Amino acid sequence: MIKEKYYISDFCIIRDNRVFKNGEQIYVDTESENLKDFAKGIYKFMELKYPKFHKMDELCKLGFLASEVLLKDVENLREDTALVLSNKASSLDTDRKHQISIQDKNNFYPSPAVFVYTLPNIILGEISIKNKMKSENAFFVTETFDAGFITKYSKVLMHTGKASNVICGWVDLDNDKYDVFLAFLSKKGKKELTKEELNKLYRSNSYG
Amino acid sequence: MKKVYLVSDNIISPLGFSTEENIQKLRANQTGIKEVNDPTIWSEPFYGAVIDNDKLVKAWKKISNDPGYTKLEKMMLLSVSKLIADNPSLDITNSGIIISTTKGNINDLKKDSDEKAYLSSISKTIHHFFKTKHAPVVLSNACISGGLALAIGKRMIQSEVRDDVVVIGGDLLSEFTLSGFFSFQAVSSAPCKPFCKHRTGISLGEAAACTWLSSNKNNVQGEVISITGDASANDANHISGPSRTGEGLFISIQKALKEADLDRNQVDYITAHGTATPFNDEMEAIAFTRAGMQRTPINSLKGYYGHTLGASALIESIIARHCLINNELFASLGFEELGVSEPINIIIKNDKKKLNRVLKTASGFGGCNVALIIEKM
Repeated sequence: MIKEKYYISDFCIIRDNRVFKNGEQIYVDTESENLKDFAKGIYKFMELKYPKFHKMDELCKLGFLASEVLLKDVENLREDTALVLSNKASSLDTDRKHQISIQDKNNFYPSPAVFVYTLPNIILGEISIKNKMKSENAFFVTETFDAGFITKYSKVLMHTGKASNVICGWVDLDNDKYDVFLAFLSKKGKKELTKEELNKLYRSNSYG
Repeated sequence: MKKVYLVSDNIISPLGFSTEENIQKLRANQTGIKEVNDPTIWSEPFYGAVIDNDKLVKAWKKISNDPGYTKLEKMMLLSVSKLIADNPSLDITNSGIIISTTKGNINDLKKDSDEKAYLSSISKTIHHFFKTKHAPVVLSNACISGGLALAIGKRMIQSEVRDDVVVIGGDLLSEFTLSGFFSFQAVSSAPCKPFCKHRTGISLGEAAACTWLSSNKNNVQGEVISITGDASANDANHISGPSRTGEGLFISIQKALKEADLDRNQVDYITAHGTATPFNDEMEAIAFTRAGMQRTPINSLKGYYGHTLGASALIESIIARHCLINNELFASLGFEELGVSEPINIIIKNDKKKLNRVLKTASGFGGCNVALIIEKM
């Protein structure tokens, strides 16, 4: 069994029109009428200048923005920082758009710019490109956030020497409903990585 | 850390419903790719490798009377049922299960209820059918899913999180994916020709497969085969175009060799991704050359199966295991004349040769890459 201890050093949540970093609300937007505008608002708030952002689908935008908030104060991000993300709806939000474009034989317009986003792991590619991380990536699909599995696999990656740090979490988007939680895991820190702790952080900053 | 053994496997593909049937077809250099005339997938005839539904239903009826499963679910359940039947010592209920798929039951997106289009529905189906203790986890990591699932299973066993893991992979040849690859102008108008000068793109295929990984050597009957090295690395370059330098694949190969404590010259052959798109095959040739492996015999099995997406790297790893056991190499079907810039050593004829170690690689959208070292112990 894995005896080494690992730690959660930072976490970020995007939920209910708000953005939280380490439990504190850093951004709120109750004006935007759609997710696209909400995401654009966070992009401006973070003072990002990254044209690739505007080409991303909404799922990638959410994951990308959360990673920017999470990594803002991380110095010397290591190239072997792994990405272990998960969600329920995979890339269904964009899958539905591609499906609409092929549904009608008389109005058939599949597009490579949409099709490429019909894979949930594209988000891992987007975050890797931005941060120049040539690292371990995995995208899992589970019914709900599986803190037990994500904790186990993240520990396995650090234990087997595949990664020095892990960015793990949940980036879900389904019919405009979104839920994003990312955590930065290290070999040093104060908050020990356990299934219970990760789940507690995931459930923080929720209404109801 | 614990060792990880490849104990047993099954393949459900157009080439047959057992690994042995599949091997026989490869030995005869027979392909599953043919002209498909199915308006539910594409309005015009195209080349692809599809599983005959009547044959599948006939096989399905031997294990269940319940028609309420999708084609992909039947393929996957049939595959695992055969694995269990072949291996009385496999305790599926207590095994960790990783399901590798890119699009799952994507055809259900057209239906009024798209419940089954959610990938977790496959997890539920497997969970209920085999009454597993642990809920199966789905890995959806583009075209490397099958290989990455094996790597993840291996790591879970090495770290003693699980004693046994069953990796199940599968994807369908659907209108959804075919139309997408057509929009990329990445579909070949003839059966695909990996690494060949005349290659013009992929042929899609469909298949399901499964493999039992175990920490217990006593489960192995016959030749002992192990996964001794693995690594995955992102190109950090482009989401849909392969890296021009083969960076992520090169890193994956280096790290996998290092973990297996091998020199590049100790690898007897490479079973590559080889999708037959102009850019992918070129990228792979560059990565293998950078790794100093351009003289190592290499094949792609896409000419036999087409690209089966979430199943492909799993099937190719299963075939690799049997090539080690049988000491044989299969020709890279569809290849005529080298069409990449580096002089890599494509296997043009089946061969019998003493084999000890195989390198399996895969690369996919999102810039992901994986390398596995499969070794005779």
